[in-house]
Amino acid sequence: MKYLDQYRDAGLVRGLVAEIRRTITQPWVIMEICGGQTHTIMKYGLDQLLPQEIELVHGPGCPVCVTSLEKVDKALAIASQPGVIFTSYGDMLRVPGSTGDLFSVRASGGQVRVVYSALDAVKIAQENPEQQVVFFAIGFETTAPANAMSVLQAQRLGLHNFSLLVSHVRVPPAMQAILGSAGNRVQGFLAAGHVCTVMGYWEYSPIAERYKVPIVVTGFEPADILQGILYTVRELENGTHTAQNAYPRVVAYQGNQSAQKIIHQVFEECDQNWRGIGSIPGSGWRLKPELAAYDAEPRFQVGAIAPIESPLCISGKILQGLQKPVDCPAFNIQCTPEHPLGATMVSSEGTCAAYYRYGRSK
Amino acid sequence: MGHGSGGRMSHELISKTFLAAFDNPALKVRDDAASVTIHEKDSPISTRLAISTDSHVVMPLFFPGGDIGRLAVCGTVNDICMLGAIPQYLTAGFVLEEGLDVEILRKVVASMQAAAAQANVQIIAGDTKVVQNGKADGLYINTAGIGMIPSGVNISGANAQPGDAIIVSGTLGDHGIAVLVARGELNFQAEIVSDVEPLNELVAAMLEAAHDIHVLRDPTRGGLATSLNEIAIQSQVSMLIDEKAIPVKPAVAAACEMLGFDPLYVANEGKLIAIVAQDQADSLLTAMHNHPQGRDAALIGIVTGKQEIEVRLKTAYGTTRVVDMLCGEMLPRIC
Repeated sequence: MKYLDQYRDAGLVRGLVAEIRRTITQPWVIMEICGGQTHTIMKYGLDQLLPQEIELVHGPGCPVCVTSLEKVDKALAIASQPGVIFTSYGDMLRVPGSTGDLFSVRASGGQVRVVYSALDAVKIAQENPEQQVVFFAIGFETTAPANAMSVLQAQRLGLHNFSLLVSHVRVPPAMQAILGSAGNRVQGFLAAGHVCTVMGYWEYSPIAERYKVPIVVTGFEPADILQGILYTVRELENGTHTAQNAYPRVVAYQGNQSAQKIIHQVFEECDQNWRGIGSIPGSGWRLKPELAAYDAEPRFQVGAIAPIESPLCISGKILQGLQKPVDCPAFNIQCTPEHPLGATMVSSEGTCAAYYRYGRSK
Repeated sequence: MGHGSGGRMSHELISKTFLAAFDNPALKVRDDAASVTIHEKDSPISTRLAISTDSHVVMPLFFPGGDIGRLAVCGTVNDICMLGAIPQYLTAGFVLEEGLDVEILRKVVASMQAAAAQANVQIIAGDTKVVQNGKADGLYINTAGIGMIPSGVNISGANAQPGDAIIVSGTLGDHGIAVLVARGELNFQAEIVSDVEPLNELVAAMLEAAHDIHVLRDPTRGGLATSLNEIAIQSQVSMLIDEKAIPVKPAVAAACEMLGFDPLYVANEGKLIAIVAQDQADSLLTAMHNHPQGRDAALIGIVTGKQEIEVRLKTAYGTTRVVDMLCGEMLPRIC
């Protein structure tokens, strides 16, 4: 704990803010990719400390928020089947599908269990050979290695009652989609430290070069975030645009190569639907064809699902940094954490939830 | 399940369902215990009583620092104390699942008696029901209690005044995290012990040291943040608390960090919040520090005004943010 506390040190934070103020001369729009970073900014009020020239916009890096409605509906359909134990990370349970959420499936008798890792789901499959155990494999590059590992483990154990409902997403294609969109305002990125822990940041140099935006790998504590902002502002003010690492205590350029190897053993690239945004080419991972036996979708035949999204929700625009929660007419009126219209209000990492929870309704 | 978390959804359920049906002045105050005045007919003498009831469901039944029996006694004793009353008698109702080991029940009952003796209360009536195997989680206990409110004591969640000091009696989140770790689902171990304690002695010492205590509240489900929001609504005031001043054990802070929980929302079973006139804050804190249950007591904030009803927190950097009630169940985050 002492170690983490150092990155919350008030003196350090004040010093970084002063340095940012000394460096900046004009307005800049910076996007933090990860929902964890958004929450740190809101929780500690870091935006209140920054000079007014900096506008922070909040990115799509909340895995729960961007999981497509279609996948959530498939999860609900599978979890409702008898003989199924449906396992998921906790914050996925409250995400609204077209007809309810996983909590409501549990309340009507479905076996929905929160697990802390995909490997816990494998254990449940071992202990319940008569039941089908499905794990909701969502998330960015961060959760992919452990989710991939669960398939390899099930294979080694010869389990036939374990499968994944896969909805993996990748950050670099999403950044390119944002930068390539007509209304883009983002001039610099704080890249997601946890994603880069796994993947490194070699993928970001070509993006920085192509779109002429600085990309700075950034951590999650207050001092980490301010350090990331400082590096980004320096680049912007100098007119340079490289991929840099402001989180070197955790992230290496090449990332965790054994983790990357496991991912590529189990998953292959595919187009992916992002909730509220739409399909982004090459932005997902699915199980390789030779591992199709571990794919829950064919196993439970939940092919054709036509989801219905709330017409009021603007989460797609929020996830692309085009609008903020306070721009939404439903925010804090029809849409609250108790009655969310979109996933950005549900997840502990969602932008709307952060605005709501920390009282940024005005 | 969110309706049982003690946060905003519980409040909605209470307002829209129970308050609407049972509407009466004692219930409407929404304190931890109800305060009622009993008169003998045609007599000028009256007695003010604090009455409360609480049902206890906890998994596992035994956890570091306590068990469901101790929890059931302390929960009701503390609710009564939060009006400044002296708890005297409890009743206990048991719902037992068919197949429950009698030895477990004996242990729970012995623990209840030990807690009752510690709190100087007697358990004077009870009830037992058995339900089929699978229809309950081993054992549920309801307790109800009664205590006398001494004359001159007027404590309620509705009494917070601008300028008052906000004090907590010790470290936050110990109970919630101890129970979570004891469930064994997290694959980590921590030496965190539940704080489940009867608080009547501490409250008596506090009342002796400061006659102008306005509010007492034990921040159980929903934690400090939810309790302060409840008080802010009852008293129609705003509050400002100081993040740096809030006591949290390093082990609890670390467990919360890993799970993505905020200790401000984690349950306590042996802690209280006291809101007191500013000029008595020092003497109250001194009295609390002299009591084992108030050793780590800390002044964490002030009641700021009556313009807005909200609880704000001042961070270590001087920025502020709203601290809302708990919404739904706390869920461990994905990464």
